[in-house]
Amino acid sequence: MTCTEFIAKLDELIDGSLASEVRTHMEEHLRGCDHCEVTLNTTRKTIEIYRSNELYELPTSVRDRLHAAIMARCKKGC
Amino acid sequence: MQAFETLVRKYDRQIFRIAQHITQNREDAQDVVQDAFLKAYEKLDQFQGNSKFYTWLVRIAVNESLMRLRKRRTGKMVSIDEDVETEEGSVPRDLADWSPNPEQNYTQTELAEILRKTIQGLPLGFRVVFQLRDVEGMSTEETAETLGLSVPAVKSRLLRARLQLRERLSRYFRRKKAGER
Ligand SMILES: [Zn+2]
Repeated sequence: MTCTEFIAKLDELIDGSLASEVRTHMEEHLRGCDHCEVTLNTTRKTIEIYRSNELYELPTSVRDRLHAAIMARCKKGC
Repeated sequence: MQAFETLVRKYDRQIFRIAQHITQNREDAQDVVQDAFLKAYEKLDQFQGNSKFYTWLVRIAVNESLMRLRKRRTGKMVSIDEDVETEEGSVPRDLADWSPNPEQNYTQTELAEILRKTIQGLPLGFRVVFQLRDVEGMSTEETAETLGLSVPAVKSRLLRARLQLRERLSRYFRRKKAGER
């Protein structure tokens, strides 16, 4: 397996949706390739960081105001 | 009515986040939240049980967001299925490993700013796919359905989005050599 082939399947490896045979090939490649190992680990980390950090908080005051507006309009039958 | 209010409480934060990712404008994103829920309420009877309410709501929100973005950027093409060919990300260049827990080198505010700046630099179609699929946790099929894209298109964008984000974040997170700051 070449690095390009490895990268093409990176998503499926991360998402755990690979057939076990392909996964074995990829794990073999990883053992001999620092490059792809770093890419895999840092890509996983990238996803994890984006998942665990709220970038756009909806402040409670705005949230309450939006709710009030939505429900008021709905009560009028929209 | 009560049931609808519960749905608003349940999904408003996600809808706001998604709208903010597309419009990149706070006021627009707030308007989208309001309009998307009102539209959903109006069309509740048209809502077919075959797709989940959440997916249906997100689709409405994405369309509302795109409309607002187009209004703001008159003359500019705004499209989610515009396929941007970029060399970047196809072959990772920055191969430096990251420090362990690299996010801990930044304050919460700094980190959020870095993450916002980084994802905003991506083409629209990439960052929305990444957001829906990886952050909001929708499946590939749901993401495709929501955005009106094919499954292969979602897959190819997701890979490029992940690789580009990784590459751009490397600037901040890579392990520093001795003496470097
Ligand atoms: Zn490799």
